[in-house]
Amino acid sequence: MPIQYYIYLSLALFSIGIVGVLIRRNAIIVFMCIELMLNAVNLLLVAFSKMHHNTAYLVDKATTKGSDGQLFVFFIMVVAAAEVSVGLAIIVMMYRNTKSIDINFLNRLKN
Amino acid sequence: MNTVQILFWVLSSLAILSAVMVVISKNPIHSVLWLIVVFFCISGHYVLLNAQFLAIVNLIVYAGAIMVLFLFVIMLMNLNKETEPQKNIWMKLAGTIAGGCFLISTCNFIFNAQTVSKELGRGTVMMGSGDIGLIKNLGKMLFSDYVVPFEISSVLFLSAMVGAVVIGKKD
Amino acid sequence: MNKLVYLIPLFPLIGFLINGLWRKSLSKTLISIIGSGAILGSFIVSLVLFFQVKASGGFIATAFNFINIENFSGAKALIIPFAFQVDQLSAVFLLIITGIGFLIHVYSTAYMHEEEPQHFGRYFAYLNLFVFSMLLLVLGENYVIMFIGWEGVGLCSYLLIGYWFKNDTYNYAAKKAFVMNRIGDLGFLLAVFWIIAKLHTVSYNEVFTQVASLNTFDITGITLLLFVGAMGKSAQIPLYTWLPDAMAGPTPVSALIHAATMVTAGIYMIARSNVLYSLSAITQNIVAIIGLATALFAATIALKQNDIKKVLAYSTVSQLGYMFLGLGVGAYTGAVFHVMTHAFFKALLFLAAGSVIHAMHHEQDIRNMGGLKKKLPITHLTFLIGCIAIAGIPPFSGFFSKDEILAAAYAKNPIYWGLGVAGAAMTAFYMFRLYATTFLGTFRGTNDQQHHLHESPKAMTIPLIVLALLSVVGGFIGVPEVLHGHHELNSFLSPVLVSENKHHLEHSTEYLLMGISVAIATIAIIFAINKFSKKPQLNDAEGFGKVLENKWYIDELYDTIIAKPLLSFSQFLKNVMEKKIIDGSVNNVGKFVNYSARQLRLVQSGQVANYIMIMILAIVVFILFWYYDSSILKLAGKLFH
Repeated sequence: MPIQYYIYLSLALFSIGIVGVLIRRNAIIVFMCIELMLNAVNLLLVAFSKMHHNTAYLVDKATTKGSDGQLFVFFIMVVAAAEVSVGLAIIVMMYRNTKSIDINFLNRLKN
Repeated sequence: MNTVQILFWVLSSLAILSAVMVVISKNPIHSVLWLIVVFFCISGHYVLLNAQFLAIVNLIVYAGAIMVLFLFVIMLMNLNKETEPQKNIWMKLAGTIAGGCFLISTCNFIFNAQTVSKELGRGTVMMGSGDIGLIKNLGKMLFSDYVVPFEISSVLFLSAMVGAVVIGKKD
Repeated sequence: MNKLVYLIPLFPLIGFLINGLWRKSLSKTLISIIGSGAILGSFIVSLVLFFQVKASGGFIATAFNFINIENFSGAKALIIPFAFQVDQLSAVFLLIITGIGFLIHVYSTAYMHEEEPQHFGRYFAYLNLFVFSMLLLVLGENYVIMFIGWEGVGLCSYLLIGYWFKNDTYNYAAKKAFVMNRIGDLGFLLAVFWIIAKLHTVSYNEVFTQVASLNTFDITGITLLLFVGAMGKSAQIPLYTWLPDAMAGPTPVSALIHAATMVTAGIYMIARSNVLYSLSAITQNIVAIIGLATALFAATIALKQNDIKKVLAYSTVSQLGYMFLGLGVGAYTGAVFHVMTHAFFKALLFLAAGSVIHAMHHEQDIRNMGGLKKKLPITHLTFLIGCIAIAGIPPFSGFFSKDEILAAAYAKNPIYWGLGVAGAAMTAFYMFRLYATTFLGTFRGTNDQQHHLHESPKAMTIPLIVLALLSVVGGFIGVPEVLHGHHELNSFLSPVLVSENKHHLEHSTEYLLMGISVAIATIAIIFAINKFSKKPQLNDAEGFGKVLENKWYIDELYDTIIAKPLLSFSQFLKNVMEKKIIDGSVNNVGKFVNYSARQLRLVQSGQVANYIMIMILAIVVFILFWYYDSSILKLAGKLFH
């Protein structure tokens, strides 16, 4: 598979995630679209790691060249998990205070 | 077209379709379910690329833990279709157009860059084979070259846990 | 020896600086000594230089090049030196200015003694500054230096008329004087520019030698414009109305500035430029006619005025008219002679009037005076001498100078002579009306004033006596050959003044003219004394008399034609231009900034989604510009070419 296909696929998922962030008003859905974006990036990273491994494999059969890409994905997942837990805690607290999860209510950044 | 390619196209279209459904669904629980489908498709891609460890971890962490957490929170707040807040139509249109512009411009950019970059032009992905995705090799790299970030991530988890508990306390 | 000339203006300048800067700390005595001493010093130096000029002719002393423009208009340099020219004409004027100036300074020390020291010092400082400017005017070697002095005397006139600045009317009078002067100055400046443009020089000698090369249009234009300047400064029609109002200043100021010196600056200027005027017959006619008209017009107004100083003011305007008449018919020496004698007796008359005012404790209306002969003997005698002199009775000085002018006028045109004699008759009449109502008859004032009547102190009477003596004998330097004299003044001034009066009237005609004018004057005097000494009929004027009393309503005319339209125009400018347009545009800038700020503030909506959208759009734009910059540049090039 030429690498462009993976790039296009990842870009599509990423932009769908962006559209979701811009369109939805429910905070939790916005959060989920962020997760979607992260996953798109993860996919791309793995694809690139395999590409590099491919180019190195043709030279040396015992190389481990593309592994850092996949390890990076591993750490991204770690961070995503931590972020989700904290983020959801914040959302729960927001719900408790304002009885709503509409992000338009969070316009304290105004003025 | 061999099996791998067919699988690739099927998984890709399913992923994109599900992602669109995530964004469009009015009911938040439906959005969560569609997102789980997306995660499954992406894990399928990982399997195609022989990144076995990541495929399993993706499923366990994302689809298993994180989505369940989302579901818990949604059900905690008792959200359903009627209470869902809606943006006005112009904002939705503007958002879509912005995202679309982004997509189009970057795709165009990649398309035109193929003549510039050698790797972009002729790089191919090794599918269905390759050892680096195996747990043994990844584990070897993780615990030899990347052990420091590994340990630090444990500290990260600790802080996240503490943070979540502190924030979520009811007093 | 020539460098002494720099001392002449230097003394009054130093006097001005000392009295002006330290007026708050010097005592009155010291101020008077410095002020008068400065003028005395100038007088002594003038006397020395006068004898030198008499012996060996005039000279020029150059200090430095005031303006030095290389390559001015066609590779010719314009050099205007700061130089003094002392010749016969300026020597005569120097003596008049410094001599009479000194007497008036001495007089002022007594007249102004009621003032506080700092105002006293201010007065003397201004007076010294005035003498300095006047000296610059007559000493200048070229038109530009004369103009510096010209402006300076205008300024000092303004300062001194408005000396008692707390009174609004006086301030208006001062402004009026200055503005009318300025109108004349415009004419003078235009003439100077014209001279520079055509002749590339302003020095008298060079101008006079080159002037024959100009065409008639140029000469007429220049001389007319110079005459406009003289009209403003010497109070001719139509720019004369400031002089009667200028009587608001202290009486010594009126004596010095508005009788003897400043108003004669115009005469000096035309006399100095006699070469120019002799070449332009049109201007000479205009000068003569305007001078004659002014003489008659002012005399008619003076017939009905009731304020001592106003009568004398109109008399000054009238006598200046005679001087211009003399200039106009070519009797330059006669005009200068009349300047000299007029300075003597007019200054005398003003100072005597000041003495009367001082004795009557600042009363100026002659209807409240009368019978002052016994209480103020010296003043009375000197005033009488002045009146006789101005009426033109021989052998007093006024007779010789006025007669010289009238004879020249007859040679030009007998009508001029006739009207001039009519004016002389009116002069005699109103002067003796003034004399009779003030000094003869019974006292018409209040008992309080009568109680306080006393002769003035010596510092005031001695100048009166000196001036009276000069009025008596001053005419003898100009006795015409008809009366077996040698006319020393004429021969003295002949190197400078082109004497055009080669009229050569027959001796019998001259005797006839003199006889007629003296006879008419004497009749007028007797008539006036008779009418006004026993029962002064000074009730309110009616009919034509009322018109005369109100100065032919000229002031009101000027007000309606000139002053009011200007004021309404400036009101219009203030309301429309200033407020709406200029202020409006400035305010609108502020309002616009306010408005746009309010609109821009809406960008900060606080909605995170908005922020993200803008971020996405920015990223898109960046990608476009970064990657496709070459194609965008080509597109822009196609669009904008």
